[in-house]
Amino acid sequence: MPDTTAVVVGAGHSGLAVSRRLAERSIDHVVLERGQVAHSWRTQRWDSLRLLTPNWMTRLPGHRYDGPDPDGYLTAAETARFIGDYAAASGAPVRTGTAVTGVRAREHGFTVATSQGQWRARAVVLAAGLTASPLPDLAAALPPGVASLAALDYRNPAQLPEGGVLVVGGAASGVQIAEELHRSGRPVTLSTGEHVRVPRRYRDRDVMWWLDAAGVLDQGLAEIDDVVRARNLASFQLAGGERTVDFNALQAQGVRLVGKLGAVRDGAALFSGSLRNLAAMADLKLARLLDSFDDFAGGRGERPEPTAVPERPLLRLDLAGGEIRTVLWATGIKPDFSWLELPVFDHRGRLRHHGGVADWPGLYVTGLPVLRRRRSTFIDGAAADAAAIAAHLEAHLAGPSGSARPVRGRGAAVD
Amino acid sequence: MTDTAPAVDNGVNVDALFGARTALAGAPELAKFEWRSTVEWVKGTHSLTEVETFYGLGGEQAHTKKFTFDADHPPQFAAEDHGITPAEYVLVALGSCLTAGIAAVAQARQVKLNSVRATVKADFDLHGILGADPEVRNGFSNITVDYAIDADASDADIAAIVAQSQKRSAVYDALTNPTNVDVNVTRAS
Repeated sequence: MPDTTAVVVGAGHSGLAVSRRLAERSIDHVVLERGQVAHSWRTQRWDSLRLLTPNWMTRLPGHRYDGPDPDGYLTAAETARFIGDYAAASGAPVRTGTAVTGVRAREHGFTVATSQGQWRARAVVLAAGLTASPLPDLAAALPPGVASLAALDYRNPAQLPEGGVLVVGGAASGVQIAEELHRSGRPVTLSTGEHVRVPRRYRDRDVMWWLDAAGVLDQGLAEIDDVVRARNLASFQLAGGERTVDFNALQAQGVRLVGKLGAVRDGAALFSGSLRNLAAMADLKLARLLDSFDDFAGGRGERPEPTAVPERPLLRLDLAGGEIRTVLWATGIKPDFSWLELPVFDHRGRLRHHGGVADWPGLYVTGLPVLRRRRSTFIDGAAADAAAIAAHLEAHLAGPSGSARPVRGRGAAVD
Repeated sequence: MTDTAPAVDNGVNVDALFGARTALAGAPELAKFEWRSTVEWVKGTHSLTEVETFYGLGGEQAHTKKFTFDADHPPQFAAEDHGITPAEYVLVALGSCLTAGIAAVAQARQVKLNSVRATVKADFDLHGILGADPEVRNGFSNITVDYAIDADASDADIAAIVAQSQKRSAVYDALTNPTNVDVNVTRAS
């Protein structure tokens, strides 16, 4: 069984940033990758997807976008190329085609089982990204004849039958896919729960510029009231491009807006009657965000119109009558830790960690929304997060717990 | 009030509520509640409901006393009007739930409430319960709650408090979202 000091799981932007930081500290490691570098960007993105962040924010430790369009937005393919170039430039020790199938505790570290054999390591950094999109339970109640597709599996409209689509989810994926499907001639009904409305541009600047300049992205865990909530919040209603894709924009194009999908019963989708309040909350939150931008810059910009909500939002939609041919689930993506055989999960199955330092000595996680600060949600957050994790990891290796730590089920730790 | 009491006091013990949330995070079983009522038919459309016990915090609980509620229909329905209609109890529940929420949220946000008044209205078509028109549902077609609030806060902050109250209201959720309802029957001896 080969030995290494640290195993990094996943060769995407997060894992490669950690690899770079470990290399700077001369910490021996490998990066295990299930497919090829930037696998998710190559295999789990729809064709038209672009990054939500402008190119000037596309930067990793020692590597940044240096093309001709700093205000543009990379496509998924360009992002994969950017990350691939980074892996090559960093000389990262990536083992491609090596899927991790189990991470177990052993004395002084971990055993990492893979499709290519086992590794022994003293530390493990989970950087596999958000690769799972479990369908809500109510997806099982869809009547026969209605196709069901998760956003992670969506590529382009031609994949869907002609006819109406119910898109479930009002975050970035949901609004973008709803817009694209509607433009393809498929009438779209968009079901939304709590959502986060932002305009693409405000006062002639990209909203990401404002979030960066006004310091919002650098708010850390200590400055965020409710970290659990911040981590679970829907992504911004944004698309990588000039246009705004909020509910007003989509409804102007003809998309029908309905409340949160509450149940599928007797062949019909039942929607919550709380749409008006959700829209009001998103508008209030948007106003506070824009207020904070104005406080930062002085002056006051032109504010978007309040979200238009149908006078009587639809509460029931027949799914069996042929009007709806496909339900597209844009209900969120999650990390897949099914191979992590350690008692590090809370009662809801979430990995317990503080700022990427997991609740198990030598175990780290990165590449999650609001991991250490709001910027963590974006590629641009990887540099600082990776630096902090590498520093903690090095201290762990040097400290007493690095040479001996309690193994569950055994006696006290050896000091 | 102690030295550590908040400057604004709407009479809601927010510290206790947040303390409960923290405590429950580590013991999810304590958060499982069961609300109960018993109802006895009296005569005609008149019934008497009693509410006293509930389950929660890991054990049997009780109110400080038994509460009773008459429900009936008004003379316009050829009834004796011993109490408000069941449908009106829904308005009672919604209005009181949202108003309690407003007080709690305002307390948490240190906003002093001077007055809170709401009018709750439900649109209802009798054709539904009479079975006269299959296109008309039995329940309300729409509910409107109009709040008039005097508080030491901006209009946007007051709007945010009312919005948050809806977001955290049990009755608002029960009315706006589908709920499975099981009604069972056994022969009484």
